[in-house]
Amino acid sequence: MSDLSVRLAGVPLRNPFLLASGIWGESGDSLAGAWRAGAGGVVTKSIGSAPRPGYPNPTIETYGQWGMLNAMGLPNPGIDEYPPEIATARAAGATVIGSIFGGDAEEFARLAGRMASTGVDALELNLSCPHAEGYGTEVGGEPADVEAIVRAVTRATALPVIAKITPNSADPAALAVAAERGGAKAVSAINTLRALAIDTTLHRPVLAHGLGGLSGAAIKPVGLACVWQIYERVSIPVIGIGGIATAEDALEYVMAGARAVEVGTAVAFRGIGVFGELVRGLAARLDALGYPSIESVVGIAHPGRTRP
Amino acid sequence: MRTVVAVTERVEETPSTVTLRFPYGPPARPGQFVMLWIPGDDELPMSLSYVGGSDKGVTVKAMGATSRHVLDVEPGDPIGIRGPYGNAFDLAPARVLVVAGGSGAAVLAPAAEAARARGATVAVALGATEAPELLFRGRFEAMGARVELSTDDGSAGAKGFVTPVAERMLAEEPFDAVWTCGPEIMMRKVIEAAAPRGVPVVCSVERHMKCALGMCDACALGPYHVCVDGPVFPAERLTPLAEFGEAHRDSSGRRVRFGR
Repeated sequence: MSDLSVRLAGVPLRNPFLLASGIWGESGDSLAGAWRAGAGGVVTKSIGSAPRPGYPNPTIETYGQWGMLNAMGLPNPGIDEYPPEIATARAAGATVIGSIFGGDAEEFARLAGRMASTGVDALELNLSCPHAEGYGTEVGGEPADVEAIVRAVTRATALPVIAKITPNSADPAALAVAAERGGAKAVSAINTLRALAIDTTLHRPVLAHGLGGLSGAAIKPVGLACVWQIYERVSIPVIGIGGIATAEDALEYVMAGARAVEVGTAVAFRGIGVFGELVRGLAARLDALGYPSIESVVGIAHPGRTRP
Repeated sequence: MRTVVAVTERVEETPSTVTLRFPYGPPARPGQFVMLWIPGDDELPMSLSYVGGSDKGVTVKAMGATSRHVLDVEPGDPIGIRGPYGNAFDLAPARVLVVAGGSGAAVLAPAAEAARARGATVAVALGATEAPELLFRGRFEAMGARVELSTDDGSAGAKGFVTPVAERMLAEEPFDAVWTCGPEIMMRKVIEAAAPRGVPVVCSVERHMKCALGMCDACALGPYHVCVDGPVFPAERLTPLAEFGEAHRDSSGRRVRFGR
């Protein structure tokens, strides 16, 4: 049986399938549930300095099985009230990555210190939400800002820092390079693609916020291209995100250069049982192809990267 | 995907409750809900109060700002519908006691009708703040159910909460199931009343919802997501949960205690 365990930014993962931020991440019971369903780790909802209700509904629109548009608006209970949820997840044995979002380097650093004290295994910085004024892509769209934020966070905590990169940029890989320069131990890519839906009967945007972010199968080729380009320009590990619903999807990402992947939209379409299917499916696929481990496959689709 | 439809009928059921009827084809079962979009305002989970065919309906009580807007919707106005979502009542029991508190009758009335159509006997304990607020009293009576009332002010039926009425009915007749919807504190008491007699209780539970697809976690209740694991739960799944009857989550995900 192939070895699905990986080390990511110094954190051992029992398998490479992480629950993506924003999915099942408000409550500790849900994080624990995703862990029990087989996830290799769970990323929390992005947590900010204060409670935030998010945008009014409609916050989502679906496109069959192809994808989903969302503008949740970073709802979260705030860093003061969130630690008990992490405690619940950790009590279940989960490997927990704390996601945070701030409006500038200083706020990120302050949140990082607070999140680190909850006992999480690593931090993921949301530098990439495409639809929240003053946050996400608005602070993480330029390499210099990404570098400054990551550097501030790495000075505030000894935990490994993962920078989540936006695809809504001419050169997403440049953002990953900047994150590495700032001291990130890994980068995750991609967040959702900025997107819109219009109801023609009502001649108005469907989502209350108007613009949202597209996720799911439709964006997998975009995510693969970003991971591919990032892998060629950084030496830190890459976490692939975007449209992963099957083991084959995940293996594509791994061969493009991802050492782990995050799974989000598939939870809506397939249920939390998708984690068990992914773990079993990837082990079987690696066995069938004759690979002993995940590590032996990372990036092998790149010319010059030969099979070990 | 949403379907935008025009409201065909608006019925004032009680001074605080309005039913909107609308054409919507996807098949639904009693207990399921739809996401009701009031364009320009918000989108809310609403249990279907009429489930049959393509002539569906929801019955809305004025509570938050958006549900007050729902009350302003007129025939011909466009609304968005997606769903139905969630699970449904198991219609197998032959003798059902329905315990409805306030707007809880909205989801229980179609379930009771479906049970009657299958030949079940149905008895109803229906409670409200005052007589004019007794939702679907006539609808329950029209299906041939025994209906016992309670009001907080004593203006109809027994004065006080509906749970003592339900307890008395449980003592008077044998039942195979209790179906209840209303404030969670009420439902906890209903479960306690039925427990000594061994009658299984099924609850329809309400939580704040956003995606309705089991993804966003807004409706997390212990290990469950009300939108996909519910909204109909057997009591034994709910009673171990510290949150049930105690707290829900607001739009930010913070735990908020129910008002007492």
